[in-house]
Parts: sequence; structure tokens; C-alpha cells
Amino acid sequence: MLDDFFVRALLAGIGVALVAGPLGCFIVWRRMAYFGDTLAHAALLGVALSLLLEVNTTLSVFAVSVAIAMLLLGLGRTQTLSSDALLGLLSHSALAVGLVCLAFMTWIRVDLTGLLFGDILAVSKLDLLTIYVGGAAVLLGLSLIWRALFAATVNPDLAAAEGMRPERANFLFTLLMAGVIAIAMKVVGVLLITALLIIPAAAARRFSGGPEQMALIAAGLGVLSVVAGLYGSLNFDTPSGPSIVVAAMVFFGLSLIPLPGKRRIWNR
Amino acid sequence: MADRSAPLLELSGAGIERAGNWLVRGVDLAVEPGKIVTLIGPNGSGKSTTAKLALGILRPTEGTAWRRDGLRVGYVPQKLMIDWTLPLTVARFMSLTDRVSDAQIDDALTRTGAGHLQAAEVRHLSGGQMQRVMLARAIARKPDVLVLDEPVQGVDYSGEIAIYNLISDIRAALGCGVLMISHDLHVVMAATDEVVCLNGHVCCRGAPGDVSQSPAFHRLFGHRAGEALAVYQHQHDHVHLPDGRVRHADGQITTGCSHSGAGALAHDHPDEPVKTHHAG
Repeated sequence: MLDDFFVRALLAGIGVALVAGPLGCFIVWRRMAYFGDTLAHAALLGVALSLLLEVNTTLSVFAVSVAIAMLLLGLGRTQTLSSDALLGLLSHSALAVGLVCLAFMTWIRVDLTGLLFGDILAVSKLDLLTIYVGGAAVLLGLSLIWRALFAATVNPDLAAAEGMRPERANFLFTLLMAGVIAIAMKVVGVLLITALLIIPAAAARRFSGGPEQMALIAAGLGVLSVVAGLYGSLNFDTPSGPSIVVAAMVFFGLSLIPLPGKRRIWNR
Repeated sequence: MADRSAPLLELSGAGIERAGNWLVRGVDLAVEPGKIVTLIGPNGSGKSTTAKLALGILRPTEGTAWRRDGLRVGYVPQKLMIDWTLPLTVARFMSLTDRVSDAQIDDALTRTGAGHLQAAEVRHLSGGQMQRVMLARAIARKPDVLVLDEPVQGVDYSGEIAIYNLISDIRAALGCGVLMISHDLHVVMAATDEVVCLNGHVCCRGAPGDVSQSPAFHRLFGHRAGEALAVYQHQHDHVHLPDGRVRHADGQITTGCSHSGAGALAHDHPDEPVKTHHAG
């Protein structure tokens, strides 16, 4: 079964979606979409480094994302630039530096499109193992810090006063985000990772009565998007990563349709 | 088991500096089990900052902030904004930092008069409902110390008295200490053991005056008010000017504040409208 490339692609996408949904909820709640984008763009630099130093790509991407996250935290404390300017600066610099580094390595042929938009149809059995082991680790980590992270999301002062150590939860959450980016890159590429994190979570909001429920629904909608997107890309011969994101966007659009007898939730 | 009367939390000479300005400085404060300490002071006088120093949310630049090991805190922050993307019911909010049983949730919400709100979304609550729910959440975890930042803001007058009575009941039932920030400069909860008036530093401190016998007070606030409210009489010898300098009783203007003993000039907080009380 795993010998069929399409089955491997489905399993890889589903694995990533299951992790991206719950984590994406926190990104939406905490307004960290651009932060996620910055880490994702830095992943390209991670790929360049892994080729240069001949180390494991997933680990290298994870390490570079963490380094960029720490840099962001450090620069944020100096309060020289506003945080959105800082994010924009680092986000695109990381992407540009990654592209330049890859161009310098003329002795290596790199499939740039695959890096930017994902190459889910080329997922190997080893990639699958990485996605499921890494994904399980991220979900386990998230469940361990869930209460503290959620409390810190609702109100950092309250969380700190009642012994939830929000700084530690935030730091660990950043590590988890770097982890998801490292395993999701192969599936949707660095440019679209944030979409996979945010769109299913945003679509889930409408149907959710509580944070835990929203995380589960986001994971479910992510899985549906992967399945619909992959079959769509097979039928219409479209690129698979973008097709998954388009499918997710369609689900989000559907979630906006007002149901008769239900109060609108999306108005402020 | 620690000494029953030893402080739960304590600030000594605590101060915090941000970008060259001292938000508060030289604050000494201790909350003991079963004792209620109320902080008053004008806007920007460092009341919330002092509470955050005591809670360890902020680190003091000078002086020390000490808390008993394993201290259970129930905190009601001044404001709580829930993002519209965040689905959060009152019931789920109750176990935000701790797993609390359904019975405890029920009991706490009923005590604060918010029992009917369990299924409501937190971001749809009115200001007064929010205060009741936040107070319920803080007491449901049976804290050693309750820290309440303006717990009656947005609550109507009879509700304010009910909440003050509830706080003294809870203090009696749990034996917890209470550190409370009052939104009013002069009227404080009657059960307060110590009032600390802040204006960047501790201006003065003492017990609230007993006004519950005054007929004028009863006329103004009603009979139940005498049990819940008291007036804190200020005796200050200097005035804080808007630019941060200090004018002393003898007319001298200095950059800081040195307490020069018994002056009789009434303390006038420049950025607060002067309030008059018919009591006392």
C-alpha cells in the first residue's frame, strides 16, 4: 500500500494536517500568523544549510527556525523597530538569503519549486516516518503545555500570577511551531505552511464552542482539505500543495455561509 | 505547616523602573492570612504595578518581593479582553489555570451571583457580569491569597456592596489573605484591615475610619452600606504636581518626597476630580 505514491502523499498530508490544526488555533488566537510566516520562510535557509553541511534537512530546518525565533525575541526586547516591521524584515530577508545561498551552490541541483510550494507526491517512506514521529512528538508536547499555553493566551498576567509560567509555555510553543514547519515543508512548501496552519483553524471557529473542540475540528478540516486537495490535483492536474490550500480556503468560505436559525458568530 | 500569622506575600522597599521612570518606589507591604489590605491612589499611581510586583508578574528593580512557597493565588486582573476568534464559555474559563470540579464551579458562580451564566461566552459578558465571573474563578481554586484589581468596577451599587460582603465571607471561610485595589480614592471596603495610599510611593497608611454609625453616611449610601463600606481619611503634608515634583506644606517644591512628619494639609491628587463626602 505504501508503495503507491498517492497513498504516501495522502498519509503525509493527513499527518501534517492533524498537527497543524491544533497548533494553528493558537496561532490564530495569539495573532501570530506573521510570526509563523517568518519561521516558515527561514526554513529555506535551513534547507540551504543542510545541503552545505550535509546534515538532515528536517533537523536543519528545525534548528534554523528556532534560531530565527530566538533572534526575533531578542530583537523585540531592544524595541528599535515595531514588531510587524521586524517580522517583515526578517521574514523576507530569510527567504532571500535562503534563495541566494541555494543559487551559490552551483554543484547541487535543487528543485526550488518543490521547496517553495511543496512536493507531496515525492514523499518517501522515510519522510512519512519523520512526519508521524515528529508530529506525534509535537502533539504530545502541545498536550503537556496545553493548559499553561491556553491560560497565557487568555491573559499572560493571570497565568503568571497563578503559577502557569507563561514565558516557558511561550518558548516551548515556539519550538513546537518550528517542529511543525520542519515536517510540513515537504507537503506544502515554505510559502504555504502558514496557510495550512491558519485556514483550517479559522474555518473551525464557526463550529466550535470551546478551545479543545476548535482544535479537533481544525485538525478534521485540515484532513478534509488534504484529501480534497490531493484528489483535485489528480483530477485537474494542478500542483498539489496549492490545491490543498485552495481546498482549505473553500472550506473556510463554506463556514461563512449563514445557517438559518443560527446566530452569526463571525460578526464582532 | 507554616506559622499561621506569617505573611503570605511581602514587598520590602520594592520599586520598579522603566525607561528612566520609577513606576513605584520604596513600597513596603505585607498580606497576612485572614487580613485584607486595600491599595488606593489616583490613576497612574502604581496600584496595579504594586500588585504585579507582589504577585511576581513584574520583577522589582530594587527591593524584594517575597511569596510563601507553594502559595495558591487567585487573581482578578483589571481587564480581560477575549479575542473574538477564541471560543471560551464561562464554564471553561473557570478551569483556566486549574482543574476545578463541576460542583466547585457551580458553587463559586452561584456565590458571586453568576450561576446562570455558565454556558455564556465570556466575550459577550457585560462589565459587571465579567467581574462576577472573574471573582468566581479566583475563589473556585480555594486560594491562600486573593488579589483583586478593582473587583467592583462596572458593578452597580447594590452589587458592589454584595461583592464586598462576599469577599469578607470568603476571607472568613477560607482564611485567605486579600490584597485589593480600590477604584475609589476615599471609600474602601469596611472590613479592610489596612489601607495603603500610593502615589508613586506609599503616601500614607492606616485603618479605615469607622463611619457606619454616621447618619449622614446612612442617608447617602443606605443602611447596608455601613457594613460594607468605610471612608479612609487622608492626612498628607504634600501635593504631587502633574510634572512629578512635590510641593510641601511650607510651599517648598522638590523633586522627591520626604516625609517630614505631621503636617495638616489635606492631600490633593492633581489628576483626580476632588470628591466630597458627607460622611464623618
